[in-house]
Amino acid sequence: MMEEGNIIKIAGPVIVADGMRGAQMHEMVRVGDDKLIGEIIELEGDTATIQVYEETAGLKPGEKIERTGGPLSVELGPGVMGSIFDGIQRPLEVIKELTGDYIARGVDVPSIDKEKKWTFEPIAKVGDKVTGGDILGQVQETSAVVQKIMVPPMIEGHIKSIVGKDQFTVEETIAVIETDDGDKEVAMLQKWPVRKGRPYAEKLDPDIPLITGQRAQDTFFCLAKGGAAAIPGPFGSGKTVTQQQLAKWADADIVVYIGCGERGNEMTEVLTEFPFLEDPRTGNPIMDRTVLIANTSNMPVAAREACVYTGITIAEYFRDQGYDVALMADSTSRWAEAMREISGRLEEMPGEEGYPAYLASRLAQFYERAGRVTTLGQDPKQASVTVVGAVSPPGGDMSEPVTQNTLRICKVFWALDASLADKRHFPSIDWLQSYSLYVDNITSWWQENASDEWRANRDQAMVLLQQESELEEIVQLVGPDALPDSQQVILETTRMLREDFLQQNAYDEVDTYCSPTKQAGMLKTILTFHENASAAVARGADVKDIAALPVKEEIARMKYIPEEEFEAKNKEMQEQVVTQCSGV
Amino acid sequence: MNADIKTREYTTVSEVSGPLMIVEGVEGVGYNEIVEIETPTGENRKGQVLEVNEDLAVVQVFEGTDDLNTLNTKSRFTGETAKIGVSDDMMGRIFNGTGQPIDGGPEIIPDKELDINGNPMNPASREFPAEFIQTGISTIDGMNTLVRGQKLPIFSGSGLPHNDLAAQIARQAKVVGTDDDFAVIFAAMGITHEEANFFMKDFERTGALERVTVFMNLADDPAIERILTPKMALTTAEYFAFEKNMHVLVILTDLSNYCEALREVSAARDEVPGRRGYPGYMYTDLAGIYERAGRIAGKEGSITQMPILVMPQDDITHPIPDLTGYITEGQIVLSRDIHRKGIYPPVDVLPSLSRLMSGGIGDDKTRDDHSGVSDQLYSAYAEGRNLRDLVAVVGEEALTERDQSFLKFADNFEDQFIRQAKDEDRTIQETLDLGWKLLTVLPKTELKRVKDEFIEKYYPE
Repeated sequence: MMEEGNIIKIAGPVIVADGMRGAQMHEMVRVGDDKLIGEIIELEGDTATIQVYEETAGLKPGEKIERTGGPLSVELGPGVMGSIFDGIQRPLEVIKELTGDYIARGVDVPSIDKEKKWTFEPIAKVGDKVTGGDILGQVQETSAVVQKIMVPPMIEGHIKSIVGKDQFTVEETIAVIETDDGDKEVAMLQKWPVRKGRPYAEKLDPDIPLITGQRAQDTFFCLAKGGAAAIPGPFGSGKTVTQQQLAKWADADIVVYIGCGERGNEMTEVLTEFPFLEDPRTGNPIMDRTVLIANTSNMPVAAREACVYTGITIAEYFRDQGYDVALMADSTSRWAEAMREISGRLEEMPGEEGYPAYLASRLAQFYERAGRVTTLGQDPKQASVTVVGAVSPPGGDMSEPVTQNTLRICKVFWALDASLADKRHFPSIDWLQSYSLYVDNITSWWQENASDEWRANRDQAMVLLQQESELEEIVQLVGPDALPDSQQVILETTRMLREDFLQQNAYDEVDTYCSPTKQAGMLKTILTFHENASAAVARGADVKDIAALPVKEEIARMKYIPEEEFEAKNKEMQEQVVTQCSGV
Repeated sequence: MNADIKTREYTTVSEVSGPLMIVEGVEGVGYNEIVEIETPTGENRKGQVLEVNEDLAVVQVFEGTDDLNTLNTKSRFTGETAKIGVSDDMMGRIFNGTGQPIDGGPEIIPDKELDINGNPMNPASREFPAEFIQTGISTIDGMNTLVRGQKLPIFSGSGLPHNDLAAQIARQAKVVGTDDDFAVIFAAMGITHEEANFFMKDFERTGALERVTVFMNLADDPAIERILTPKMALTTAEYFAFEKNMHVLVILTDLSNYCEALREVSAARDEVPGRRGYPGYMYTDLAGIYERAGRIAGKEGSITQMPILVMPQDDITHPIPDLTGYITEGQIVLSRDIHRKGIYPPVDVLPSLSRLMSGGIGDDKTRDDHSGVSDQLYSAYAEGRNLRDLVAVVGEEALTERDQSFLKFADNFEDQFIRQAKDEDRTIQETLDLGWKLLTVLPKTELKRVKDEFIEKYYPE
């Protein structure tokens, strides 16, 4: 029997209890008569401060605190995939069955189904020498995901016995490993404390791009597998749609989507939409490779603080199996605000804008759990966790602490701009402010897989867009007609780049996903136009005639050409560009 | 109630400060519990426990702390969190901010007692809102479509006609093809008698009063009471929507006053302030209000919310509109510039947004060209507005013909599309046809946002 403490003080989600000597920092506890879930966040002598992951209304001093002896952990194993969890990994579907349409307090449900039997196929054999991370067998969990059942980290020895192919629950022993300190029984279920990163062998350089099918991101500001990106944007700038597009189309094996302090209806949208969307690469429903963590804004604030850790621990677990995992956190500002709220209740000395002084280090620790690694085990695999964190700067002010501290860590910055969104330029990624530090790393991939002119074209397009912003200033003063013809051609080209390339319609069936080859092809066509139009103008052609060329309208519609027809049509279009330009 | 919860009375108030009082020597007091207070003069008030520390309870007093003393003020701890008795009979009635009837009618005999804080709706139980609500206002229906179960605030400034707009929406809102009316729940927080009368008269004039429930906390009512008002209103709304299968439209005005009250309590407790002195938990608190809009799968009813908030100094980056915008599914922004031109309703469509629009429009819901027309109107108006700045510098003659057509479009758009009469109820077809008519000013080749098939089908000759 674990020792018990007593509540002495309650203030919102934070309570203080005495009689807690011997409890550990970050130990999970059950609070009060309703057995609410809580975590110890401060110890002082006999008293412990506890953050409670559920609504605390009605708690009284004198109610008991029950210790569990272990830290807040997640359960990992078959049954995780395709689920929707709250911030502390309670499955919302199960809660719904138990308590109806509203989430009641003190619900105690297993994170993954302990009754369900899975078909386990052994891979390792009796007598094999195994270490942590080695694969014992596998389970076909969903149509899209085969879960590899691993030897838990820290265990090393010889397999004494292993079951044959059959049906097992996650808690049944599937293998016994003979180690130096005795025989260890291994089940499919693993537990892992959320605040501790799972171990790996080595971190690798991120040099493979994470293809998202979104032109502005892939071509201009690419993210590498194992990298970290930040999407800061004021409300209404299309942050959520951008995140959802990534979750749908990114070429990751597994997607973990954390709705941290966001809207309930948005999570519902994901839940209703994902099962019907097909992964463009495998044809399987996207939901089959997705884990959702939903801690909406009206759910308890402490669980919001925990939900990003829950999410990234699940992501690391799949990484250890050899998968490329993409994790979306929407939004990390809500997470930071939850930290601030808890810190305020603890009466800690506040840092900038009331955030706790440890804000920067917590953010850094979280983003550092991203990375491309070689996994543990004797047959190491290369796998990655890529993190995309949305930031919601108050009032769109990027100088606030969460945005600034995030930028110090993330190598990719997709700046969403409200004024672009107002013009219905979506995705509203500001091409002048955004950046990616992975461009050099991933150039060779693009040149091999899409087009050998990729880097040159990308850079030229960026230069043109840069020139446009300078020219716009002059146009604002003197009007467009005052510019020399060659510069007017630049404006024509950049308008094309903006409207026909950067703008992408997430709601259009074809345009929602654009393959790397199509991206490279589209860019090439626009730059061909630029080259030929510039040549024509240099020969003395009138810019007005260039602007009136019929091929421009075709270019405007090229994003709607289906992938399979694109190559032929694009070639034709490029020829048209050449003929029509030489005709003026 | 459980037998072990005894109500206890104490006369041990040790401190009264601002809206708070501290009672010492208490035993078994629960967090958030409701306290009944009897002042030395025999008046009854209500309060709520904000913090319990061993035998000290910090109580916020809803009706103000005037006349309380540390000698013989009685506080009785009820052992229950704040509840409201709800019933069908609430329809057509007027209550004060704490849920007491003030229209001279009989007391409500409750069908159920519900906790006003509610519980968070399980995201897995929600149904995605996708039913088009026609408000009859072009800028909303055509470009910022409202759907059943959405929360769409009106961001306004002082002196702008947000009340007229809200009343017009309450009057005209309907779901096309059905004849079920909305039940309206109107919660006033800290607005003036005059404003309240405007709404009441409008409800009366149009015969809507019998399907309206009003919760009224006026400017001269105790400020702390407003913390309860929206929760009372939304608990009633949940009862109507999910137990009585009604479609409920909740109008909350003015959320800025609610946030001021939160700040007052926070300051009195010496909490570490967040931005501009508002408490750090304001986001969570506001979410607890706004997120109570929605639909539940398998249930008939819905809660649609239309909160009104007056932005201090028209500043959309102020914490109140800012945090609101991050929780709500879009916003309708009123503009002083458009208002100055004498245009009603002065909706500035550019910063306005409805996040649930795409699910509520289209072929079987409004019309197949809706999304294209809306996008086209947006980008054309945005371009026209940009050009206005340019004209101010170089003069209209310096513009190309193309640019001049956009300029003309922007003027027509404001004058014909945005402007409409206070009783003008346009159908969605009228709105979209009007949009097409305005677009004819532009060269046809500039209509890039609309698919060709729709241009062929709808372009007016």
